[in-house]
Amino acid sequence: MDTPSYLNDGHGLKSWLLTKDHKRIALLYLVSITVFFVMGGLFAMFVRLELLTPAGDLLASETYNKMFTMHGVVMVFFFLIPSIPAVLGNFLIPIMIGAKDLAFPRINLLSWYIYVLGGLFTFVAALSGGVDTGWTFYTPYSTAAANSHVVLAALGVFITGFSSILTGLNFIVTIHRMRAPGMTWFRLPLFVWAHYATSLIMILGTPVIAITVLLVAAERVLHMGIFDPALGGDPVLFQHLFWFYSHPAVYIMILPAMGVISEIVQTFSRKNIFGYSFIAFSSLAIAIIGFLVWGHHLFVAGQSVYAGLIFSFISFLVAIPSAIKVFNWTATIYKGSVALDSPMLYAFGFIGLFTIGGLTGLFLSAMGLDIHMHDTYFVVAHFHYIMVGGAIMGYLGGLHYWWPKITGRLYSEFWARIAAGLVFVGFNLTFFPQFIAGYLGMPRRYHEYPPELQVWNVMSSAGASILAVGYSLPLVYLVYSLFAGERSPADPWGSRGLEWEIPSPPPTANFEVTPIVTHGTHQYAPSKEVGVV
Amino acid sequence: MSNGHTRAEHFPGPLHHPPLTSGEARKHHVPHEHHPKLQHHFDSMDQQLEASTLGMWVFLVTEIMFFGGLFMAYLLYRWANPTAFQEASAHLSKGWGAINTVVLIVSSLTMAMAVRSAQTSAKPKTQVMWLVLTMVFGAAFLGVKYVEYGQKFHDNLVPGPHFVWTGQYPAGAEIFYSLYFCMTGLHAIHMIIGLGIMTVIAIMAWRGSFDARYYTPVEVGGLYWHFVDIVWIFLFPLLYLIGAHYGAGH
Repeated sequence: MDTPSYLNDGHGLKSWLLTKDHKRIALLYLVSITVFFVMGGLFAMFVRLELLTPAGDLLASETYNKMFTMHGVVMVFFFLIPSIPAVLGNFLIPIMIGAKDLAFPRINLLSWYIYVLGGLFTFVAALSGGVDTGWTFYTPYSTAAANSHVVLAALGVFITGFSSILTGLNFIVTIHRMRAPGMTWFRLPLFVWAHYATSLIMILGTPVIAITVLLVAAERVLHMGIFDPALGGDPVLFQHLFWFYSHPAVYIMILPAMGVISEIVQTFSRKNIFGYSFIAFSSLAIAIIGFLVWGHHLFVAGQSVYAGLIFSFISFLVAIPSAIKVFNWTATIYKGSVALDSPMLYAFGFIGLFTIGGLTGLFLSAMGLDIHMHDTYFVVAHFHYIMVGGAIMGYLGGLHYWWPKITGRLYSEFWARIAAGLVFVGFNLTFFPQFIAGYLGMPRRYHEYPPELQVWNVMSSAGASILAVGYSLPLVYLVYSLFAGERSPADPWGSRGLEWEIPSPPPTANFEVTPIVTHGTHQYAPSKEVGVV
Repeated sequence: MSNGHTRAEHFPGPLHHPPLTSGEARKHHVPHEHHPKLQHHFDSMDQQLEASTLGMWVFLVTEIMFFGGLFMAYLLYRWANPTAFQEASAHLSKGWGAINTVVLIVSSLTMAMAVRSAQTSAKPKTQVMWLVLTMVFGAAFLGVKYVEYGQKFHDNLVPGPHFVWTGQYPAGAEIFYSLYFCMTGLHAIHMIIGLGIMTVIAIMAWRGSFDARYYTPVEVGGLYWHFVDIVWIFLFPLLYLIGAHYGAGH
């Protein structure tokens, strides 16, 4: 590295582990969530291998239970939730708003250490025998019956929750207080709006799951009876508290991805976003409405039918802001000068797969239909379309889009397109058959199934192996680009935005002098279709 | 990307590239005050104070949600076991509870005085005095809590295998005491953390760190302290006073 940048400002392990630079902390997160992604992927591999055949022949049922539980715990809490916010958000939000750092750099570093500590608990839980409750830790199974390391894993989730809370807190304060002069709310990149909405969920939802798993631990260790019916407690209260966080948590995963997509479609269509304020406010709407739908997880849990009706209705409502985004992205791409570079391929993948995931969500928010589909592979397919087809596509798209900015290196576009194609094909082959298997009645969380469902499961397992190759490729060519990649100019995509005005990789201080912003991001050449905002 | 072109060249059409920032404005460098406590990434002391204060308010929002889960559980179980809760509540000591309420309210006053003394650049000694007074009241609160918990252990009112209840509704009473210990326990942990924060702030104040231009830690620590007090203001009636009509308490 010749020019001074955040990457060569200090060398050695200590300069990284004690850094307060948001860009370096983002890279610490990048490395650690990649480790957890691989770990969660390995657990998924065992699940798919077991389900190749109808008989439970590879894993004992207890081992299988642990595999899908650890897959869920690791992927949800240690990969998906921190993925885009803690890596891309951490790196980009201060730069996008013209700040030198997040408002609380030390708290930012602390959040990473808390994350690692929570991860260690989960690691130890996994190594010492795992957890078999499902990632949902439902009581009374998790408090009374489960004979595994529930407390360790629950503490891991509890601890890592605080890392999420601190990240959200840092983002909110930063976006409120650190914007450069002239960076008004409606000049903010939509990526920042999406993270603002995400942060609201992080600070409002995460404390509730924290107290909930704490109560589970208290019940297991101290034998308090908050959720134990034998002691007068109510296990359904656990489900309410759990989903009060865990449903909005889905929006913690998807909203940042939506922010990424909003940036990518503008750059690679060469057009300003269609309906900026609608996209910005739909993020807030999703965050707010998302807090009022948790009861759709309890349609068959003994919730009153009237509560069910209301939750069902509000769940339908959340489709509106989601659809607004999809329509606006489509309108942005319409008549644009579309370039099919790898980030845009991921963006196209996201839009299509998120639409399928969202529409199948409507099936499940219909109370009658949900009774048929509840706890089947239809549900599994639905939320993987959102979390994998949506969130991970957005994460990979964003990682490819900003990789030249983060590392100062260009990767092989050829391999990147191949990887994007493999991910798309592999993903659909893995999860589309699960809709059918689920509709035909295959329940989730069993290691055996009737032989007539084998064809769908074989397809699914085959798709999973393609997906594994698709996910492994970026690991190779992105790492390769660090050593042999061409140097990236400040703005390799011909994009707009503050982050593209500073060198790649950025200097430690981001901006020598706090910039004065005179107009919004992504001001592409005016044309007849799109006026300048 | 090995062909030596940047990717921007894929695109047809004009590529106007107005920078987001005004070049002239960039050069126009407003020199700002350089207080030794101004961190590098803030432009001014005001921005730094506003960021820290907002940060604490946001943190308190998360605290409300954290305690909120317990209040939700309380609401549900009190609704399900109204009489049992009254019966169980009658066994809490209203006297100790009331004393602790007064102690905490007074500690909030001394805390407010500590913030005020820093804001008005009072002598370090004065600032430290108010902070130490706050800590003394905080410690007194915890002392009373220790006595109360001791009584509960002695009376076998701690939930779990050793819980003994001779009244009409043992299950509901045990839930009440589970909530009692969870809620007051969590509150006490917050008090202990608050004492730690106050210790650090008092040491800083002793060294003369705070004056009218820089008093962020006192202000932010004060917000936290008041919040913990307010939680108690809710806990006291919900736990101690609902059994008032059930029979004479201890």
